[in-house]
Amino acid sequence: MKSVYFDHAATTPVDPRVLEQMLPYFCERYGNPSELHRLGREARTAVERARSQVAAGLGAGEKEIVFTAGGTEADNLALIGYLQRFEPGHFIIGAIEHPAVMEAARALNRLGWAVDFIPVDGDGVIDMEAYEQAFRDDTRLASVMYANNVVGTIQPIAALARIAHEKGAVFHTDAVQCVGSVPIDVGALGVDMLSLSGHKLYGPKGIGALYVKRGTRLTPMVHGGGHERRLRSGTENVPGIVGLGAALELAQAEMAETRPRLEALRDHLAHGVLESVPDTRYLGHPTERLPGNVAFTVRYIEGESMLLQLDTHGFMVSSGSACASGSLEPSHVILALGLGAEEAHGSLRLSLGRENTQAEADAFIEVFPPIVDKLRQMSPLYVKG
Amino acid sequence: MYTDLVMDHFSNPRNVGEIEDADGVGQIGNPVCGDVMRISIDVDDDRIADVKFKTFGCGAAVATSSMVTEMVKGQTLAAAAAISNKAVAEALGGLPPNKMHCSNLAADALHLAIQDYLIKAGREAEVPQILKALPKAHEHSSL
Repeated sequence: MKSVYFDHAATTPVDPRVLEQMLPYFCERYGNPSELHRLGREARTAVERARSQVAAGLGAGEKEIVFTAGGTEADNLALIGYLQRFEPGHFIIGAIEHPAVMEAARALNRLGWAVDFIPVDGDGVIDMEAYEQAFRDDTRLASVMYANNVVGTIQPIAALARIAHEKGAVFHTDAVQCVGSVPIDVGALGVDMLSLSGHKLYGPKGIGALYVKRGTRLTPMVHGGGHERRLRSGTENVPGIVGLGAALELAQAEMAETRPRLEALRDHLAHGVLESVPDTRYLGHPTERLPGNVAFTVRYIEGESMLLQLDTHGFMVSSGSACASGSLEPSHVILALGLGAEEAHGSLRLSLGRENTQAEADAFIEVFPPIVDKLRQMSPLYVKG
Repeated sequence: MYTDLVMDHFSNPRNVGEIEDADGVGQIGNPVCGDVMRISIDVDDDRIADVKFKTFGCGAAVATSSMVTEMVKGQTLAAAAAISNKAVAEALGGLPPNKMHCSNLAADALHLAIQDYLIKAGREAEVPQILKALPKAHEHSSL
């Protein structure tokens, strides 16, 4: 049985071309970039080259890129690193943020910070009026994710950043899901901070970066030898950094080809599923969404059981059901769209990547309806009608 | 995260369906929590002559439902009533810890079916004697 990977929002394979660039930095060019000898200088050159690649990918300056151990650390550094400089006041985040932002916000809340969670509409788009009204005199920061990991909705980031600035706050966006998938220009967006992660864009795990606009001051969370302009101490993960730079450069170079192809595949898959299975509902914004995200709910059956059935047929997907999320609650993102818990338990996410093909999408559309049928026949909630 | 036996019962569930005009029916769970199990039984000479299930829920919910039907088919009411959720999980080679409470309710559904049978058969007085561990009204039993 051939396996089909439709879970690129969870992680992507490392592109062999990326790996090739990383490999010399394990056993041959293993130097510490802080050292002055030849191996040290080679490693430093590689790190700074990767920094230029990441900066170029975001339309940022090289001095505005801080390497971290991943997207979660970048989000934590943005929120906690920025707000720690002030006496506790108020900040704002979206209601459908990734746990990296959500839990950093809760940690700040325990330290005395007030936080507002801005609701989204049925498509997952931030309620602009609620957002604008949430700002207070002591609001220091707003953070809204660029594209949602569960339902794929892309937010109007430039407008959100502009409003934050008008209100005297800085703006951060978690762009982990979309860097490498959609064009990003931090200047045009007007954001002050932006998080990204290597393993979502065909780079390695364990590496990420935070864009920090010049003049935005942060307090480090990891203390030590003062690496990364004192913002993130610890000897640089040189192979990881090289991999991130290479991966982002590749993603940028191929985006003009990849993006429209994935969008067409996404719409084909969504259409095929929704047409062939009754009582399904597409989740997220119909057009303003990640090129590879297909999210929907299937009534009367539960997400994990769909996921496991698909797995036995070779398809690897993800679900926002309680079981899949590891708690008793279904995904907070799907509930925030206004769906009931019962329907949210039946959610499924397919996230496509560059190696996926039309044939794989067609195979899914063929395999999925009988799986739904089998599970519905087993469900006490399903009454044939 | 699931044992091979759990995956087997999930992929090839035994005794799926609903007995028409069943002697007893028990349902437990709540769609809001993500699990609903319905078990119907036919009773003959104080033995479970037939048993079927329908389940809305995760892999563990389906597998425990399927397993409990296999465990009790042909058993006396008293023997079936003595089977606990824990025993069902053990028969499956164990469940992930986070599934032990939310999705492991199949024995409870069976016990409710036995209770339903006893009441319908005019043997209500025997309920406490046979069903020593009737499922308590916990967060899952809303229906």
